[in-house]
Amino acid sequence: MAMMSIANALKSAITEEMRRDPTVFCIGEDEDIPGGMGGAFTVTKGLGEEFGANVRIAKEKGFELKGVKDFSNNRVINTPISEILLCGVCVGSAMAGMRPVADLQYGDFLFCMMDQLVNQAAKMCYMSNGGFHVPMVMRAPCGASNRGAQHAQSLESYFVHVPGLKVICPSTAYDAKGMMKQAIRDNNPVLVFEHKLLYGGKRKEAGQLSAMGEVPDGDYTVPFGKAAIRREGKDVTIVANLLMWYRAMQAAEELEKEGISCEIIDPRSLVPFDYETVLTSIEKTGKLMIVHEDHYNGGWGAQLASYVAENAIHLLDAPVVRLAAPDCPIPFSPILEDFVIPSIQRIAEEARKLARL
Amino acid sequence: MVTFPSNEKALGMYKTMYKIRKYEESIYYLFLEGIMPGTIHQSTGEEASAVGMLYDLRKDDWMASTHRPAGHDIAKGITVRAMMCEMFGKAEGCCGGKGGAMHTGDASVGAMTANAIVGGNLPIAAGAALAFKMQKKDNVVVCFFGDGASNEGSYHETMNAAGLWKLPVIYVCENNLYSANTSISLTCCQEDVAAGRAEIYGIPSEVVDGNDVLAVNEAAARAIARARAGEGPTIIEVKTYRHGGHSRNDACGYRPKDEADYWIDQRDPVKNFRKVILEKGIISEEELQKEEAEIEQEIDDAVEYAKSAPLPTYDSALENVFWEG
Repeated sequence: MAMMSIANALKSAITEEMRRDPTVFCIGEDEDIPGGMGGAFTVTKGLGEEFGANVRIAKEKGFELKGVKDFSNNRVINTPISEILLCGVCVGSAMAGMRPVADLQYGDFLFCMMDQLVNQAAKMCYMSNGGFHVPMVMRAPCGASNRGAQHAQSLESYFVHVPGLKVICPSTAYDAKGMMKQAIRDNNPVLVFEHKLLYGGKRKEAGQLSAMGEVPDGDYTVPFGKAAIRREGKDVTIVANLLMWYRAMQAAEELEKEGISCEIIDPRSLVPFDYETVLTSIEKTGKLMIVHEDHYNGGWGAQLASYVAENAIHLLDAPVVRLAAPDCPIPFSPILEDFVIPSIQRIAEEARKLARL
Repeated sequence: MVTFPSNEKALGMYKTMYKIRKYEESIYYLFLEGIMPGTIHQSTGEEASAVGMLYDLRKDDWMASTHRPAGHDIAKGITVRAMMCEMFGKAEGCCGGKGGAMHTGDASVGAMTANAIVGGNLPIAAGAALAFKMQKKDNVVVCFFGDGASNEGSYHETMNAAGLWKLPVIYVCENNLYSANTSISLTCCQEDVAAGRAEIYGIPSEVVDGNDVLAVNEAAARAIARARAGEGPTIIEVKTYRHGGHSRNDACGYRPKDEADYWIDQRDPVKNFRKVILEKGIISEEELQKEEAEIEQEIDDAVEYAKSAPLPTYDSALENVFWEG
């Protein structure tokens, strides 16, 4: 066992998979620039030392080559800022037998590669009837962190709608490592949403909340489609992902003092989604609240709420409550950002009201 | 001045061109009869590009095509039976009936799933080429695209990186003068829409008469040799013309009649190459007709087979959303 940040847990997973399987490689913007950050959030920093990086090799040769011709000992590949290229190269290399793990810097840039992700990566296996398949991982940092509307989004729900993509949102060090390994071994495109405030950096925004966690030594994977019950309770079921379940945990502690007992479920993967664990929980509580940082309109919570309405409305004693970012872009001003992202207080208030219904 | 290939190769190239021509004609009539579903983007008139570029490729080299893929796919080795079954939406189609006219492909012959998003295949071909490099293989990728794709962002992002990384890929712009209905003179300041924008990306380029199969084949040989030797990509712009419309219902009202007449009557790549091989005396008229009749029979057989081939099961609609191994 070792205590690790999520950033290091992800790095550990990627490193071990690269050692285990020579077809695994990292690719992205600002990958392993000597003196640089290692993506935007350090996850791939230093990997080139062990696995070779095109930028390192070019630098050693005085950048004479304007890039690198020989990729045979080069498994950390820095790309130009070209998202269509980045995703397309992942699709093509995956079709040809590689397992790319791409770093997008900010999930918001997924829109720049939308065609490659949605029309190409997601449909290639289907259109070829299994003749080709696309084992690739696209890592997308998400969540509001005082960076303004184009570096703040939680985009899970866009991609939940796309047949052929798997969508996961690991939010503990244990899950980050186990699910990243699972994603790399999966034979399909997997979109990994990593919350910027949970990486475990030293910036102030991470201060109040630690996502440092224990990670077992040695190899393990965490399967997709199995939710984690983060806290057991009997009065209200709260389904929340990424940063939101951490806030729900803090809200639940407050409510516990008032005699309200919350069960908190972190779905961990959105495609596939573990509806069973949610249904089992509301069988007990009769009350369902969904919290996500993604917008209200068409958020993944809407899908969960409609699923429950279609399949298990008899289990509910009260209307479903959905707490999400309102349908406005994420504002910069910290006071406004705090207002639109569900807070511990709002989660507590809404859960309290629901419990008393 | 092009060097004439061996008799066997010249005849082989002609036969593949003829097969593509007859396949496309057959598809056209099946649509007129109203018995074939979907839409079509036909490659009639562009056979020399497909055959000249792909004739010397190895089976384990890859090819990436567009929404107009039939010529490329047949030249890369997909059988007309598998193509025809796909056109009829049948289970034995090269994509199990789930791809259709714009997505034909077959991994076993190195034909990547054809791509109906203009420019969508460009970075994917670069990815396959990067994979070959990382795997220390000497395989190459030939990626076709149209003049329209040269104005897509994907073109510029991909050429920039392909040049930088010296990828073993040959990008072939089939410039047929029209991006769907729009003349290229209205879409780009360069007459050579792809080759004219190659140098800025550090990629050597050639402009070739796309209706002369021998000229295309020579350019292909040079580019393939460069790519295999690790010297990087080439952009080949072939000047050609589609005989029919962009798609099924396009009557080509936007094309000047004398332009179409010139390309179709005087520059037909199949008819012209037929003349050449007869003049060279590599085969007699009578023997050639026999070869042609065999090809026509193969296509007729494929049509008959496809018409009565089994339909896909409903269950198959939900299969291979995720890979099932």
